[in-house]
Amino acid sequence: MKKGLLLFSIVAALCLVVSACGPAAGPSADVIQVGGIGELTGDIPAVGASFKNAAEMAVQEINDAGGLEVGGKQYKIQLTIEDNAGKADQSASAAQKLITQQNVVAIIGPNASRYAIPASEIAESSQVVLITPWSTNPKTTLDANTNQPKKYVFRACFIDPFQGRVVAKFALDNLQAKKAAVLYDVASDYNKGIAEFFKQTYEENGGQVVAFETYTTNDKDFTAQLTKIKDTQPDVIFLPNYYNEVPLQVQQAHRLGLNTPFLGSDSWGSPDLIKLCGSDCEGYYFSTHYAPDVATPTATKFIEAYKAKYNSAPDDVAALTYDAFGLLWMALQNAGKVDRQAVRDALAQIPKYEGVTGTMQFKDGSGDPIKSAVILQVKNGAFVWYANANP
Amino acid sequence: MVYILQQTLNALQLGSIYALIALGYTMVYGILTMINFAHGDLFMVGAFFCFIAATFLKLPFVPTLLVSMAGVALLGVLIERVAYRPLRQAPRVSAIITALGVGIFLENFTLVFSPYPQSVPQLIPNISWTIGGITISSLQVIIILLSLVLMLLLDFLVRRTMVGMAMRAISWDKTIVPLMGVPLNLIISITFAIGTGLGAAAGTMYSLAFPVIDPYMGILIGWKAFIAAVVGGIGNIRGAMIGGFILGLVEIMVAAFLPSTYRDFVSFTLLLILLIFRPYGILGKPRPQKV
Repeated sequence: MKKGLLLFSIVAALCLVVSACGPAAGPSADVIQVGGIGELTGDIPAVGASFKNAAEMAVQEINDAGGLEVGGKQYKIQLTIEDNAGKADQSASAAQKLITQQNVVAIIGPNASRYAIPASEIAESSQVVLITPWSTNPKTTLDANTNQPKKYVFRACFIDPFQGRVVAKFALDNLQAKKAAVLYDVASDYNKGIAEFFKQTYEENGGQVVAFETYTTNDKDFTAQLTKIKDTQPDVIFLPNYYNEVPLQVQQAHRLGLNTPFLGSDSWGSPDLIKLCGSDCEGYYFSTHYAPDVATPTATKFIEAYKAKYNSAPDDVAALTYDAFGLLWMALQNAGKVDRQAVRDALAQIPKYEGVTGTMQFKDGSGDPIKSAVILQVKNGAFVWYANANP
Repeated sequence: MVYILQQTLNALQLGSIYALIALGYTMVYGILTMINFAHGDLFMVGAFFCFIAATFLKLPFVPTLLVSMAGVALLGVLIERVAYRPLRQAPRVSAIITALGVGIFLENFTLVFSPYPQSVPQLIPNISWTIGGITISSLQVIIILLSLVLMLLLDFLVRRTMVGMAMRAISWDKTIVPLMGVPLNLIISITFAIGTGLGAAAGTMYSLAFPVIDPYMGILIGWKAFIAAVVGGIGNIRGAMIGGFILGLVEIMVAAFLPSTYRDFVSFTLLLILLIFRPYGILGKPRPQKV
């Protein structure tokens, strides 16, 4: 009994200390600290730039409107963006820094799966919400040891099994392609995952994958693999690779006389693809998150504000980043208090969020939203809507 | 058969690029017994000079190539003068670390100038010919022929001219030869200019064949070309050419006949086995240490 009393008093004292120190530890009580991690330098800086633009826009909108109302009180948002330099280890250390030094309530980013996965491990073990806008690999929100969803990691995009299925079905049904070849980066989580999901669905539905070729990040010469692919005479070639590599692959294929249609995934969706590819990518298709040319009113508002601010059309990274922040604002408001655990609980129960990239819903404790995809076509140097694909 | 010939053509294209870069490593090593680890990054700067000349100055192919080669040759001479010459008497490790530092400097300097991958305009009209089932592109023909011409010129220079004779003499003995009236510093500068200029030629052709360039493009290919130089026998010019073609051939053929995932693993294992049997490379000779 005495021991119980002692324990109780220790806990009570600790509670007092924590509650006394809690608000004083932050720089100001009326500011919510939010962290961002982006690929500002490294191999995909266009992704980081879109992320930063959209993040700053989302925060500025809230602050210009007088702040975010949480539990009857107006809070200003303070955003700290860290650069992960396109490196997995720097993504993890950036997450650590934001959580321990900036004391953020939640982190948005990183975007590519190979950086989002290490950062998500830190967020999960520190019990801080992390929403990745663009990472589509299932491992980002899934605990590798227990195979259960991570509790604190969410995303604003669909996942690769879904995307792989969408592209495989599209190749079979719309393009009537019975033989497909795949060339992908075996050293990158995203590319590898989506290539495997594509192969699985394609073969289950009666297609035949005649070549399944790989390379490693930073390779520029794909002639050996493409010559091999040409030898198997595929009807379609699937390239689930990043926008900086796809142009090289397509151009080298053309030089070898390979003229089948090419298919891609959401990693194609940067305006830089067209800049680097020129006319070589004309007419090809890829799956992605939203079509800027057939936008909903929410999307139109965002696209116009973005164009006015940055003088360029927002790509999918920008749209998803904006949605990730939108989800966070909604979770904060639903939680009614600025508290990491309360924000996590509110986020996991969002019944319906009308975002730029469509309607999202979180269910069953999973961090993967239920939402649809679109197929875009490269046409006259722009991305044009071609088809919808529902979950 | 057609398949093998097509892959051989791919290998020749890749191999001639490796060979041109490997020459830069081997020439500097031959004359200074120092490995210029910044060479891969000078190759990258060559690609960026090509990009600048073609995009902003709107030059056609041959002037672009010359601008890039001259620019990088000057840069190579400058780097030797500023970074390597003061360390010529220092332990060799210091020079190697300095070279690594120069490489990182070049990468980050270019990064400040352009963090985005850049697209190099098409300077050579892309024409493909199909002969007996083999597809040959105009670019492949130009890359392979131009590399061969440059290598023959270099071979002639080193073996048949006074400058070449001076280079070979200095590589034989750096202490005695200058006493006989050979201008040591001038010959070393010329060696750097030629070595880095060839690297820039490789960079230009590489950026035309693979027209997406970024500041980190030189690292991996620099390592591979260095390995090619070692396989051929570092310090030996013909060895570097052979080493480049062997590396290109092995890389392409492994990817052509085995799953491409094993490419680097198998090709570098093969090269390691080769070095076990010929530790000084294919044409390299052991250098007796003078006491």
